[in-house]
Amino acid sequence: MATTPLPTRRPAPAHVRPAPASSSNGNKRNGSNDAGNNRSAVRRRRPGFRREQLSGWGMMAPAALLLLAFIFIPAALGFGLAFTNARLISPRPVEFVGADNFVRLFTDPTFYRALLNVAYFAVIVVPVQSGLALLMALLINKKFRGVNFFRTVYFLPVVTSMVVVSLLWLFMYRKEGLINEVLSAISFGLINGPDWLADPNTAMPAIIILSIWQAAGFHMIIWLAGLQSISGELYEAAQLDGTSRWQQFRFVTWPGLFHTRSLVLVTITIQALGLFDQISVMTQGGPMDSTTTIIYEAVQSGYRQQETSYASAISLVFFVLVLIVSAVQRHLTREKD
Amino acid sequence: MKNQLLLKNAGTMLVRLLFAVVAVFPILFMLVSSLKPDQQIFGDMSSLAAFLPVGNISLDNYAAVFDRVPAARFLMNSIGVSAVTVILGIFVNSLCAFALSRMQVRGKRIVFMAILATLIVPFQTLALPLVWWVNQLPYFELNGFSLEFSRGWLDTYQVQIIPFIANAFSIYLFHQYFESIPKELDEAARIDGAGWFKIYRKVVMPLSGPATATVAILTFLPAWNSYLWPLMVVQSEELRPVMIGIQYFFQLNVSWGEVMAYASLITVPVVVLFIAFQRSFINSIASSGVKG
Repeated sequence: MATTPLPTRRPAPAHVRPAPASSSNGNKRNGSNDAGNNRSAVRRRRPGFRREQLSGWGMMAPAALLLLAFIFIPAALGFGLAFTNARLISPRPVEFVGADNFVRLFTDPTFYRALLNVAYFAVIVVPVQSGLALLMALLINKKFRGVNFFRTVYFLPVVTSMVVVSLLWLFMYRKEGLINEVLSAISFGLINGPDWLADPNTAMPAIIILSIWQAAGFHMIIWLAGLQSISGELYEAAQLDGTSRWQQFRFVTWPGLFHTRSLVLVTITIQALGLFDQISVMTQGGPMDSTTTIIYEAVQSGYRQQETSYASAISLVFFVLVLIVSAVQRHLTREKD
Repeated sequence: MKNQLLLKNAGTMLVRLLFAVVAVFPILFMLVSSLKPDQQIFGDMSSLAAFLPVGNISLDNYAAVFDRVPAARFLMNSIGVSAVTVILGIFVNSLCAFALSRMQVRGKRIVFMAILATLIVPFQTLALPLVWWVNQLPYFELNGFSLEFSRGWLDTYQVQIIPFIANAFSIYLFHQYFESIPKELDEAARIDGAGWFKIYRKVVMPLSGPATATVAILTFLPAWNSYLWPLMVVQSEELRPVMIGIQYFFQLNVSWGEVMAYASLITVPVVVLFIAFQRSFINSIASSGVKG
């Protein structure tokens, strides 16, 4: 650093600037005057260049190193460990075991059950949650008195953590709980609700309902941002043509939400595949594996049974699923563009 | 015609209210139940009294919560861990974004691309290998005058903080925002002899309030709500965050009034923050929409 003097004035762009007199590189004069051909060479010798490199790398280093240590390395490790017999705490050295973990995984009926459960969850949650979120966004898109109140209220479940939401609904889903009382009240005593979480047929639907309740407000905001990016002129033109509200939605709003739509769908799908918190708090995968999920199985084996290798194999399968979802989304967006 | 329109508007308003009721009733039920003894919670359940603070109202459940679990300790842990993660996150990520946006650093394009590539990896994929990995990391502790060296970050504060400081999405948000700040401003500062760090600290950061608020919120919420990670890496009671505290309520006899009191206790701070900084919250969620 001592070799390059700190410039006290901001130098003009390289190709118009005469070589500074105080340059420590003797050759400078040649390069700086023939503008186009030799720009990179000039830039390299600009006073302060080395200093800029050093401070630049110094400023990027903390974030870059942390991402390396806590994303790149664990990702690579996860890939590698899936083919070993590594345990969380073990005196034995880690050994390569080939595809053993995957063989075990794909012959494990619980794992298939987990895949099935997650698919069931995603198939319901993705359309219903995105649809309700869009409806909520449309309800509060136009300015009216009280719009802020409604936006705040719709968003409240989102700021409530999933763990708290799960606790709360765990209480409400009891046989004599609030949900069944409400059902009974609005049906004048006709509906006698089940013990939601104890019945393998109703446990997953119960979890689906609370998950949608918690997260719809989040995607409402994303839809809202999409709605507000549609030009008002388009609606004015549509009104001049005497279109109905439905036609406006069909021919102006819906096409205008093209990008938002694929984004909302892919984020909800990936979130759905990663289902964990609700299961861990409410059902622990039961009753009879009816609510177990990919991540829940990964945590069970990786943490409870300390089988890091097997858990890494499950995580890898999960990651491949996420990549497939993203790739499908890419493909669908590209096709129509 | 006019009546028809009025009817339509009333109908829309009714739908809005219906959604509002559905969104709010569980939260209201939680808050109200936290003030009642168990007997009364069950008694009120079949009527509207379930949502009204009537009858035998007291803060007894809250007192019992502090008796049953070290709730104050959990709250302090969560506040501390979230605050440190947010502050270090703002600093580290904005600094990186500043270099990417403002400086002619060789190789920065590759670095930026590598950073953005991490966005496609959901945390759940990393969580299990990461547990194994943090258990291998070295750990230095200054004990009196001797530096003690050991291995394994499990069961510490730093394992709850350090992996979550750097975040590609925060860097991206800061970068976007910095690009919108005219570069003439830092050129002017450089003429006055300011170094890079000074430009970052005195010129760019003071103009980046909205981006900072967005990043703060998007870092705070997952830090406060984190459950999967501390469940696996924290064993000692004195290091636990609030979300893990729920486990205490299902040992021995369950008192639902206490559960609701604890749930309210760990939710109300976030709700208060949300109502105070509503605009920033909404903007930060909306900006997470550009992620894809």
